[in-house]
Amino acid sequence: MTQTVTQKIMALNGAEAIAEAMRQINPDVVASYPITPQTIIVERFSEFVADGLVDTEFVAAESEHSALSASIGAAAAGGRSMTATSSQGFALMWEMLYIAAGMRLPIVMAVANRALSGPINIHCDHSDSMGGRDSGWIQLYSENVQEAYDNTIQAIKIGEHQNVRLPVMVCMDGFTTSHAVERIDVLDDNAVKKFVGEYHIDHPLLDVDQAVTYGPLALPEYYFEIKMQQIEAMTNAKPVIEQVSKAYGSISGRSYGLVEPYNMEKAELAIVILGSTAGTAKSLLDDLNDPRLGLLKIRTFRPFPTEEIAANLRKCKAVAVLDRAASFGSIGGPVFSEVRAALYDEPKRPQIVNYIYGLGGRDTTTDMLKTVYDDLDTVAKTGKPDPVQRFLGLRDD
Amino acid sequence: MTVERKKWRDLPIGGVIITGGNAQVYLTGNWRTKKPVIDMKRCTNCMICWVYCPEGVILVKDGKITGIDLEHCKGCGICAVECPTKVIEMVKESKDE
Ligand code: SF4
Ligand code: SF4
Repeated sequence: MTQTVTQKIMALNGAEAIAEAMRQINPDVVASYPITPQTIIVERFSEFVADGLVDTEFVAAESEHSALSASIGAAAAGGRSMTATSSQGFALMWEMLYIAAGMRLPIVMAVANRALSGPINIHCDHSDSMGGRDSGWIQLYSENVQEAYDNTIQAIKIGEHQNVRLPVMVCMDGFTTSHAVERIDVLDDNAVKKFVGEYHIDHPLLDVDQAVTYGPLALPEYYFEIKMQQIEAMTNAKPVIEQVSKAYGSISGRSYGLVEPYNMEKAELAIVILGSTAGTAKSLLDDLNDPRLGLLKIRTFRPFPTEEIAANLRKCKAVAVLDRAASFGSIGGPVFSEVRAALYDEPKRPQIVNYIYGLGGRDTTTDMLKTVYDDLDTVAKTGKPDPVQRFLGLRDD
Repeated sequence: MTVERKKWRDLPIGGVIITGGNAQVYLTGNWRTKKPVIDMKRCTNCMICWVYCPEGVILVKDGKITGIDLEHCKGCGICAVECPTKVIEMVKESKDE
C-alpha cells in the first residue's frame, strides 16, 4: 500500500463525522433549516462557524426548500456550497433538487435516510432519497460512520470534476449511522484541503465582467439537448467516482468502488443491499463462513453500476435484492427493479427475488438475513422465484 | 425563418447563457399567426404603436415609422388596438409566406 497521511482516531456519530468532514472541506456557503426530523450535522457545523474554525458563510434559511435554493444560488455565484437534510425536509426540497442538477451545480448534500410521513415516523428507511433517484443527483450510500465521512470528502471531488458537474447526495442510514457513535479514522486537515482543492466554476454568476444567465427558459428547441448533457454527465461520473476513490485511497488507505463484493468469489446465493444493513450481512457472513453465500453492496446508486452488478451476480444461482423503500404498485422496490434489469442481457440469469425490509426503522437482524439465505437456497433448488416480492420482518400470518 | 441550432455537445452546460444581449438572436417572429400591416399613407406618425409595442419592434427613422421587424414581432396585435387612426391591420399569414 502507498504511504498514507497521518490520521486521528475519533469517536463520532455519522452526523458529527459529516460535520467534521465539512469543517475540513471549509465550504464557502452552507445553507440549512432544521426541519424535524433533522440531524445534528448543521447544528455541529454552525458551532464551527461560531467558533471561527471555518470561513463559511452560514445561511439559516426559513425552510429546506429555501436552504437548497440558497445553496443553488451560492454554487452558481461561484462558491462551494453544501447542505444537509433528511426525510420531510428532503421532500420539501423536491423542486430544487431538479433545478440544482439541471443547472449543473456540484452541491454536496448529506442525507440521513429516514421514512416519509404519513404516518409520522422519523426512523430509518430509504424512501426519501430513493424518491429523488431520478432528480439528476449522484447518490453515494454509506454503510457506516467511516464511509459517511470518506464519502463526503470524495463527493466534492466527484461532483466538481469538469466532466461531471453534478450535485451529489451522501446518504447514510438515519439513526443507525447518523446517531450511532463509531470509532473512525479522520484525515489531517491539510490533507483534506489539498485533496478537495479550490472550487472552480466556468461561468460564475458574480463575474461582472462577463454577464451570464442561470436558469433561463429553454423551450422545446433546447430543453432536450440540456437533458442529454445531464445523461452524459452521469455516464462520465462512473469512471470519475472510481478515479477519486483511488486517489482517496492513496492518502487514506480506504478505497471504495461503485459496488463492494463481499465473499462473492464462489457465491451461489447472494444478497444485494445498500446502506448499514450491508454491515449486518457482513457480520452474518463472517459467522457462517460459507463460500456459497455472498453479499454485493451497492455504494453508488446513481449513476447505476449496471455492468459491475451484472459481472458480480452473473454466476449466482439465486439473488435477493433488499429494498428499504417501497415502490407502490411496481414489480418491486427501486433497487430490485434496476438490479433485475441489469441482469436481463445475461445468457444465464440467476433467479431473483425482492425483499422489502426495515420500513420506518424496523430492525433488521442477522437472524432475519439468515432466513433470506435459506429462502434463496429453496429458490435455487426449485428454480422458482415465486413470490417475487417478499417482506422481511413484517408481522404476517 | 430557419435558425441553425447547436447540437447538444456544443451548447454550454446547464442551459447557462454565457453571452449578454442575445435576445436578438432568438427569433420570436415564428410565434405569430397574424402580422401587423401599417397603411403608411394614412399613418400620422403619432408613435402610439411604438410606445405600446411590448417587443420594441416598430421601426422608426427620423421621427417617422418605417416598418416592423417581423423576425421578432410576436403578432400580439396591441399596436393595432392602440393605433388611434386604426391604420394597422392584423393579417393572417400562411405557411409559405
Ligand atoms: S403585433 Fe405586437 S409585437 Fe408585433 S408590432 Fe404590434 S405590438 Fe409589436
Ligand atoms: S399608432 Fe397608428 S398612426 Fe400612430 S404611428 Fe403607429 S401606425 Fe401610425
